[in-house]
Parts: sequence; C-alpha cells; structure tokens
Amino acid sequence: MTDDALVVAEHRRGELRDVSYEAITAGRELADARGGDCHVAVVAGDVDAFAEDLNREGVDAIHAVPNGEEFDHTVYQAAVRQLAERIDAGSIVTPNSVNGLDYAPALAEDLGVPIVTDAIGVAYDDGLTVTREMYGSKVETTVDVAGDRFVVTVRGGEWAPAEGVGDAAVETSEVDLPESGARVTGFEEVGGGDVDIADADVLVSVGRGIGEEENLELVEELADALGATLSASRPIVDNGWLPKNRQVGQSGKVVTPDVYLAVGISGAVQHVAGMKGADTIIAINTDPNAPIFDIADYGIVGDLFDVVPALVDEFE
Amino acid sequence: MKVLVTVKEVAEVSDDFAIEGTDIAPADLEYGLNEWDDYAVEAAAQLAEAGIAEEVVAVTIGPERAEETIRTALAKGADRAVRVWDDAFETGFTDVRAKATALEAVVEDEDPGLILGGVQAADTGFGATGVALAERIGFEHAAVVNDLEIDPDAGVAHVHRELEGGVEELTDVDLPAVLTVQTGLNEPRYASLRGIRQAQQKEIAARELADLGLAAADVESDVTITSMTEPESESDAELIEGDATAAAGRLAEVLRETGVVA
Ligand SMILES: Cc1cc2nc3c(=O)[nH]c(=O)nc-3n(C[C@H](O)[C@H](O)[C@H](O)COP(=O)(O)OP(=O)(O)OC[C@H]3O[C@@H](n4cnc5c(N)ncnc54)[C@H](O)[C@@H]3O)c2cc1C
Ligand SMILES: Nc1ncnc2c1ncn2[C@@H]1O[C@H](COP(=O)(O)O)[C@@H](O)[C@H]1O
Repeated sequence: MTDDALVVAEHRRGELRDVSYEAITAGRELADARGGDCHVAVVAGDVDAFAEDLNREGVDAIHAVPNGEEFDHTVYQAAVRQLAERIDAGSIVTPNSVNGLDYAPALAEDLGVPIVTDAIGVAYDDGLTVTREMYGSKVETTVDVAGDRFVVTVRGGEWAPAEGVGDAAVETSEVDLPESGARVTGFEEVGGGDVDIADADVLVSVGRGIGEEENLELVEELADALGATLSASRPIVDNGWLPKNRQVGQSGKVVTPDVYLAVGISGAVQHVAGMKGADTIIAINTDPNAPIFDIADYGIVGDLFDVVPALVDEFE
Repeated sequence: MKVLVTVKEVAEVSDDFAIEGTDIAPADLEYGLNEWDDYAVEAAAQLAEAGIAEEVVAVTIGPERAEETIRTALAKGADRAVRVWDDAFETGFTDVRAKATALEAVVEDEDPGLILGGVQAADTGFGATGVALAERIGFEHAAVVNDLEIDPDAGVAHVHRELEGGVEELTDVDLPAVLTVQTGLNEPRYASLRGIRQAQQKEIAARELADLGLAAADVESDVTITSMTEPESESDAELIEGDATAAAGRLAEVLRETGVVA
C-alpha cells in the first residue's frame, strides 16, 4: 500500500552499516504516521544473514534480493524499483551515504517521484515534510513534498538505531536485471602511513581558516607545544598541504581523542562524522554561527592568528 | 567528444546574517562558483588539453547574476556556455527533477559524450542532480568520483568512487556517462589574466524554457521550502570571552584540567 515504507539497508564488504538500523527507525516513523507497514529491503551479498540482523522490532517484512556480492547501482535501482512497485510502497527510505547518492536519485527518476536527500527529520501529515539543513548547516529548513510517493535519504546519526528482535517474514526474491554499464573492479584502502591520528590522545586539527600553506607552521607549533598530533579537515588534504592519513571525517578517519582542538574548521556534517566522539571538543573560529560550536565543549570566537600564538605562549 | 560541465552559482552566508521568510537576506549572501564544480571544470579542461575533449560547454540554470560565475568557468577552460533561466524559476526552490528536465533539454541540443558535475551544491546540499540527470537521459553514471581516467577508444571511464572511511571503489563506467566529481580530484587552476580576458569574448547563450521546447509546468517543483530557522544550539559549550591573551589563558587552564596536557 502507498502508506507502506520501504527501507533499503546498506552493507559493505560483508558488514551491514549502522545507518541501516537508523533508516529503519525513520521508515517506521513514516509508516506509523501513515498507518502503513515498514518493509526492509536488503540487496546483494549474504542476504540471509543480513535479513536476520535486520529483523528488529518494528519491521513488518524483509525482502532479500540475492543478486550480486557488493553494491552495484544498476542492481539496487532495479531491485528497489521492482519491490516498491510490487508492494506499492509510498515512502522509500535509504541512507544518505555515498552509495545511497549513487542510486537513490536515479531510482526516484525511474519511479517518477520526487527525492529529498540528507533528511534530519521526517513527518507525514497529508504529505511529507522533511527537515534538512542548508548553507553548510547554518540554517535548518523544512520542505514540503508534493504527492504521496517519494524517496528520502536520511543522514547518519540522526535517528536511534532500531533495536530488539522482530518477527518479520523474510521473503527472498531475485529480480530481473537490466545490463549494467558500470563494473566494480576492486577496492582500495587509502590514507595509510606512518601516523595514525586515531591513536592520538590530543589532536590539533586545522581547517580552511588557516588560509595559506605557510601558515600551517602556526598549528604545528601548537601541536608541538601540547604534545599533540596534527590532523585536518578535507580542504587541507585536497590542497595537498597534509597527507590523506591526517584527514578527519566521513571519507577520512574517525577519531575519538581525549581532546580535539578544531582550528578554523566550520564543522560540516562530513567532518563532524569523524570527530563527534571526542571527549572534549574545543573550537577556535571567527564565525560565531559556525556549526562546530554546536558540538563544542569550549569555544573561542576569535581569530586563530591571534589565539593560536597566545596559546603557544601559554605552554612555552 | 564533447564534454558538458554543469556548474552552479552557490551562495555563501556571511558570519552575521538574517533570515527573511524562507531564505537568507540577499545582503548576507555572497555568490560564487560551487567548490565541487570547480573540480569538474578543471577535469574538463584537462581532458581538452589531453585532446580527449573537443569542446567543453558549461551549463547552468541560474539568473543573470550567474553570468559572473559562468565567466569563471569560461576563464578556466570552458569554450562556451549555456545559461538557462525563465520566470518560471523565479517562484522558488527548483527541485532535482525540475533541474533534470531543464538539463535534459540542453543535453538534447548539445549531444555530449561525457557530463561532469559536482557531488553536491555547497548551499542546498542535495547531492542528487547528476545521478538523476543520468537516469533521465539514459547515460551511465558514477557518483563521488575522486580519480578519473578516460579511455576514449574503449569508450570507458576508469574511475575511483570515494566511499566512507578511506575506502575507494574502482569502477569502469561505459560512456556516455555522467560523473559527479569530488573535491581533491585535481588541482583547480586559478583563472589567468589571459583566461579572464578570453572569457569576455566567449559566448554565453541564454535560453528560456520556450527555447528548449519546455513550458513552465515542466519545471514545476515538487519540493517547497516552507520554513528556515537558525538551529537551536543543543550545546552547553562554555564560550571563552576576552581578548586573545585572556582567552588563551583560560583555554590553557581547561587543557591542563583535562589532564592530557602538561
Ligand atoms: C561525500 C563527501 C565527503 C566528505 N568528507 C569529508 C571528510 O572526511 N572530512 C572533512 O573535513 N570534510 C569532508 N567533506 C567536505 C565538507 O563538506 C566540508 O567542505 C569541509 O569539511 C570544510 O572544511 P573546513 O571546515 O576546513 O572549511 P570551511 O567550511 O571553509 O570552514 C572554514 C572555517 O574557518 C573559519 N575561519 C576563517 N578564517 C579564520 C580565522 N582567521 N580564524 C579562525 N577561524 C577562521 C571560518 O569561519 C569557517 O568556519 C566531504 C564532503 C562530501 C560531499
Ligand atoms: N542550477 C544548476 N545549474 C547547473 N548545474 C547544477 C545546478 N544545480 C546543481 N547543479 C549540478 O549538480 C551538482 C550537484 O548539485 P545538487 O544536486 O543540487 O547538490 C552541482 O555540483 C552542479 O554540477
């Protein structure tokens, strides 16, 4: 029924990713608001084992599609489209992950329905309302979506993971596959090397606010003074100023130091994903509205070029 | 082959800003080329230099103001540009499907062999336009590409897709394709004085919906922004006040209290 939600689980190299359970919670919310059921689809890989793990409280049915081993957008798109049509699901929910972004927009096009990505909240009352951020997390918006069918991708870490053990029926079905014009040939781990920022107790982390490569000296001095390790946000690594193994965030490393000192970092969601677990977060930023202050324990609204040297002096 | 690069003019919010209705006050916004699209333009320029791209065409859906941003793309190597705009877009937010409709019409006119765009627009952060467009026009695609090599003879793009946690997926994508480009793919060049001068001579073709065989109803958005607010800060952060020396003094105290810094 249109009131039903279809949640698509995500896994990589044999492991379900946590955001799958969070997406179930979001899907359950939408199903409840619409008086429908919550279905979960798991596509490719060891679907039987995945189905068992996904059978959490609140899940009404699980659809296992055993085509393929790993993510392939052609398979995902075809499988989810066919399932969505078969059960006539109105709310399709997927993680807002790199793979989610590789097929969900095509799926929405294919189904001829709107898509809203990176949701941090959903509500349904006559129609879908999504809460999402804009302008680098400086503002929150609500958007209304026309029609009773849609694809919504959910941000990781915003919904509690579904827990417990459910009693969903598991149904295995292969789907008809169109030929794929994209072939995965392998995987590569990047960012190895001599330093593992994940091991550090104290990280001094530098962002685009540093301006120029030669200014890095300033934060290096601070790291030395504190006996800390130097890490960075993505632009610093993109510019080639520091190696990839220093990058904190979604596509870099997840770190959980005792102290994380963010210097000239705005706090974009993909950065925060890598450091929000730090015990004590300290931010130095000229912009009082920078989202990094929302997760900081201590904040200095000020110019790093004044504050950092003064801090170095304190420890010398 | 012809390479089409989708570029968006994005708005950055100043440190102090006000919300007016469902958007930021215009005076508090500064416009520029989307960071991700800068990398897409560079990738196209490099394909031209390698003799793989015969022509690089930049396309944007944007008001007249966006010509400045388009000129940046022209100065960095695009040969000419198409700017789509119409009163129909003035009424509010343009959703992914409406953009795909407008871009589809441009693709039909231009017949590119490769389309490059950004992973996401920095302001609205949808991260969806390229992949939606690919489906619409029947091209293959790959999202979040941080390494790219085109083999024109084989008709294949060898790409790396940057997944989470430092893992890259190696994928061969059949052409024609849409690739959404991640930052760090290359080193975007600065526009040279010569490039900026040359860009003044390059064509920016303005297209309204009717020119593309479309009507306002075709680009009606299913998504409407209904409110914009400053998020409630959930943090109970201690804001350290005072001049740099005083602030540094207090911060030093905090750091020593944590016991991890001597
Ligand atoms: C798929 C995907 C994956 C991504 N993965 C990652 C990732 O792993 N890690 C990551 O970091 N990003 C990642 N990003 C990028 C992310 O979206 C942001 O673009 C990035 O984190 C911004 O880095 P920044 O905070 O250093 O720069 P900006 O956002 O430009 O912020 C710079 C900050 O410096 C402040 N500032 C400027 N001058 C000064 C000064 N003199 N003193 C003090 N403060 C100053 C500014 O107020 C601003 O807040 C990813 C993006 C995508 C789409
Ligand atoms: N108005 C637009 N005009 C041209 N290209 C756009 C427009 N909006 C988005 N794009 C392209 O699609 C990419 C992803 O944008 P989005 O899906 O809006 O986050 C951008 O990096 C651009 O390459």
